[in-house]
Amino acid sequence: MSMINYASREINCKIVYYGSGLGGKTTNLEIIYGKVKPDTRGKLISLATETERTLFFDFLPVDLGTIRGFKTRFHLYTVPGQVYYNASRKLILKGVDGIVFVADSQIERMEANQEAMQNLYDNMAEYGYDLTKMPFVLQYNKRDLPNAAPLADMQAALNPGWEVTDEAKQRVTPDPFHPGENLIEQLPTGEWIERATYFEAVAVTGDGVFDTLKAVSKLVLKALA
Amino acid sequence: MSVGSASWSFTEEDFGAITHTLQKFLFDSNARCALLVDRSGQLVATVGEQPNFDPTAFATLTAADFSANDQLARLIGETDFNSLFHQGEKESMYLADVARRVILVTLFDNRTTLGLVRLKMKETVGELTRLFEAVFSRGTSGHPQQPHLLAGADDEIDQLFS
Repeated sequence: MSMINYASREINCKIVYYGSGLGGKTTNLEIIYGKVKPDTRGKLISLATETERTLFFDFLPVDLGTIRGFKTRFHLYTVPGQVYYNASRKLILKGVDGIVFVADSQIERMEANQEAMQNLYDNMAEYGYDLTKMPFVLQYNKRDLPNAAPLADMQAALNPGWEVTDEAKQRVTPDPFHPGENLIEQLPTGEWIERATYFEAVAVTGDGVFDTLKAVSKLVLKALA
Repeated sequence: MSVGSASWSFTEEDFGAITHTLQKFLFDSNARCALLVDRSGQLVATVGEQPNFDPTAFATLTAADFSANDQLARLIGETDFNSLFHQGEKESMYLADVARRVILVTLFDNRTTLGLVRLKMKETVGELTRLFEAVFSRGTSGHPQQPHLLAGADDEIDQLFS
């Protein structure tokens, strides 16, 4: 739920980082906090347990620049990865403008990723939000680990595409971030599908963190335009 | 766009009317400060003594506090708690729902009483509800007949991220 404040000339948007436990959602926010200029970000708020597991959410406000004289303020949230905290996960999705799904690339975490993705769809549906119709980006994290699943497997498991029934949208649309790949395309079976764009990342070193943030923020602003 | 329909904006005139209502409330109740926070955690307005904490963080935690309490209400069979009270040794805060979309937070100390704050807040919530309902019914466009602020701004958005 973006909010445009004509009095203070600000556009406020909410982006939620979603995903299974220990996948790197909080690390994304920590890296952003550490790398952006202090005058363009607020405090990083963490409601975590004593062992640093996110209990309710992490929160970081960042300013990404000015458009038409309006400051664009993005409120970044993470949800708790542990299923145990689903009630608070759902609360954080309220009023969301864009979603980043952070997947753990390790083969043994594939099932946990898929569960988290299903849980995201379910929680969004409860609010009446349609994930396929809103700014949505995937981040495949921990690509540096030796047990990381191949990219094609990650895509097949987490981003197989959803059917495009609207005829006006049934045209090949290239993925601006991956030359040679398409976001919307026709399968050999004749069915049209759309996928979300994705980024490979090693969040602890900052690789891919800003690419992901930029992509989702841009999608959010374009959805408003 | 399904999310677009849930977006909202308000003009300087709206802001003036909201501020005026809150100033009157602070004067009548002798409270220190009033903040309006949207349910998704964004700060809408602050009136009265400028708080000496980070207002953005405060707004986020307020929305989370309210949402968590809403869920608690449901667990015990209520639809919601439309107001919350947090009592401190010197400073206290009273939170109330406005039009199911915004939260009014009042900070007060021992210069006034909970009873007076609660009484005056009830009237204020009624007035704010009317103001906000008009804002929400209008959607995101600042003026009813004008296109969206970012309409056609695709190039500018591209430049911002280049």
